[in-house]
Amino acid sequence: MRYAFFPGCVAKGTCPELYQSTYKVAEKLGMELVELTEATCCGAGVMQAKNTELTDAYTARTFALAEEKGLDTVVTICSTCQGYMDPANKTLKEDSEHLARINSHLSDGGHQYKGGVQVKHLMWVLSEGQELENLKGKVQKNLNGLKVAPFYGCQILRPTYALGYEDPEKPSSMERIIAALGGQAVDYRCKTRCCGFPIILENEKAALRMTGRSLLDAKENDAQCVVTPCPLCHLNLDIYQKKAEKEIGAKLNMPVLHLSQLVGLALGISAKELQLPKHFVSSSQVVSAVGA
Amino acid sequence: MAEVRFNIYRLNPETGGDGRFQEYKVECEKGDTVLDCLNKIKGEQDGTVTYRMSCRSAICGSCAMRICGHTRLACSTQVSGLLEIYEEITLEPLQNFPVIKDLVVDMKAYWEKIEAIMPYMVPDAGEPVPEKERLQSPEQFDTVFEVATCIRCSACVSDCTSLEADDKFLAPAALAKSFRFAGDSRDAADKERLTELVKEGGIWDCVRCYECTQVCPKDVRPAEHIIQLREKALNNQMEKSVGARHVLGFMESVGHSGQLDEGKLPMFAVKNIGAKISMVPIGIKMFLKGKLPLKHKPIPGAEDVQRIYKKLEGE
Ligand code: FES
Repeated sequence: MRYAFFPGCVAKGTCPELYQSTYKVAEKLGMELVELTEATCCGAGVMQAKNTELTDAYTARTFALAEEKGLDTVVTICSTCQGYMDPANKTLKEDSEHLARINSHLSDGGHQYKGGVQVKHLMWVLSEGQELENLKGKVQKNLNGLKVAPFYGCQILRPTYALGYEDPEKPSSMERIIAALGGQAVDYRCKTRCCGFPIILENEKAALRMTGRSLLDAKENDAQCVVTPCPLCHLNLDIYQKKAEKEIGAKLNMPVLHLSQLVGLALGISAKELQLPKHFVSSSQVVSAVGA
Repeated sequence: MAEVRFNIYRLNPETGGDGRFQEYKVECEKGDTVLDCLNKIKGEQDGTVTYRMSCRSAICGSCAMRICGHTRLACSTQVSGLLEIYEEITLEPLQNFPVIKDLVVDMKAYWEKIEAIMPYMVPDAGEPVPEKERLQSPEQFDTVFEVATCIRCSACVSDCTSLEADDKFLAPAALAKSFRFAGDSRDAADKERLTELVKEGGIWDCVRCYECTQVCPKDVRPAEHIIQLREKALNNQMEKSVGARHVLGFMESVGHSGQLDEGKLPMFAVKNIGAKISMVPIGIKMFLKGKLPLKHKPIPGAEDVQRIYKKLEGE
């Protein structure tokens, strides 16, 4: 399948391992990712507090770029991108006056969004239908019952009226992927809770408590690693893990993988190619458990 | 229907301790709500089980409790719906409040926060007092319609992530209540209200996890209104807090290069020197791991983004 690809700022900035591992995985799976190199940041819910006309214009421009390439599905690899682009798309599609006004901001740059694009996180793409079957068939290193704690976080689940792909009370897309790879999904309360990242600058202590609490919950439920579809969650769960340990007064030492890295390991891609050594918390135990 | 297992949190204030769960089995009928079952338990099995209820029609807000891990109104939650996901039904008191007995909590902190946000209309003092009431158009009322429907059940406060991590946080109910007035066409105290709200524990401490919007039984959408309060604060030039600088730095970065400069933003948003210094070790380690690009590159064709930014932000 050919998809338009919107990596987002973090995959091109502080999580280069996500960018690289996504391409490696796509290659193995025979998915063609056409990167929208001229696309802008989605606003991440931050800019939305100041000017939604602007963020909608940026987002419509991104969708227009996909349409210009003849592609109808934009794949994201960040829950936050998904969480803000998906609802913006719904409004653009449903409200023709709004779409016309937003397009009037784009016309000088030669772009027009016609409303023919869907935006879909890689997690959703891989978790269903043909792509899931394809994934199952390509597993080379079965995860061998590895206990994986899926960490959904917020932006890809809530609010339902804006996203609605799956029930935030009982999400299952990551569980289906983990099962397809031969892993065992750990069920724990914090899997749909906030990692704290959005206020890491505003209220670091509170943010660290959120990070610590979620990781501790995963650990107490015997997880061998945490996997997340969101690079912002990854930043907090991995980079800030040491600080979170101090804040909550408990040892965590929990490897945190991007979803594409976990998939990559099962597809037989090496830890080095998936850039696992870029993480602050070592993933070596996961790698040896899988035998990659 | 069939026999359903209820696991109910019990805490006796006289014996104290951490509380425990007690199991009850209830014959449920089609259409039974959680509150119907609680009433059966209390009436037929154990009169000591304690909870709040009154209207039984999702109006008074007194029966909110944690049902299978999420806060909901017992009187408007059907058992059959829960059984589609859960095997048994767990009932716990509201989270983020001290428990008085079983499913009853002490709401004092909640009311104190409501009081703190000036929960009353402050009309423009310079305006002559009208003979009759102050009118507003249906469109003007629409702005505050959602927040006006709040029944003060505290479901949002119970499931609030930021409050759980920091009890100074004003939490969604009080902030939504604040928007009830700040968003009202007849209120003229924006500056006064917002000056309090941009302080520690206010609007910038929300993580935007949308738990509140998700659990609200009345679709008040507190998270969305917290974001509207942020917009109001920025429109009132309240730009000193880290939260406000976070937004402004972000806008500027994307407006110029099309993508966020993640290395620069924290240093711009945080002004406190001590806090800046404390970020350095992580920054160095990120750099060494190849996670902090030294040079921020604009996207190809960034001029088009700059043009849109200029048009819509005017600079
Ligand atoms: S009893 Fe009044 S809201 Fe449930």
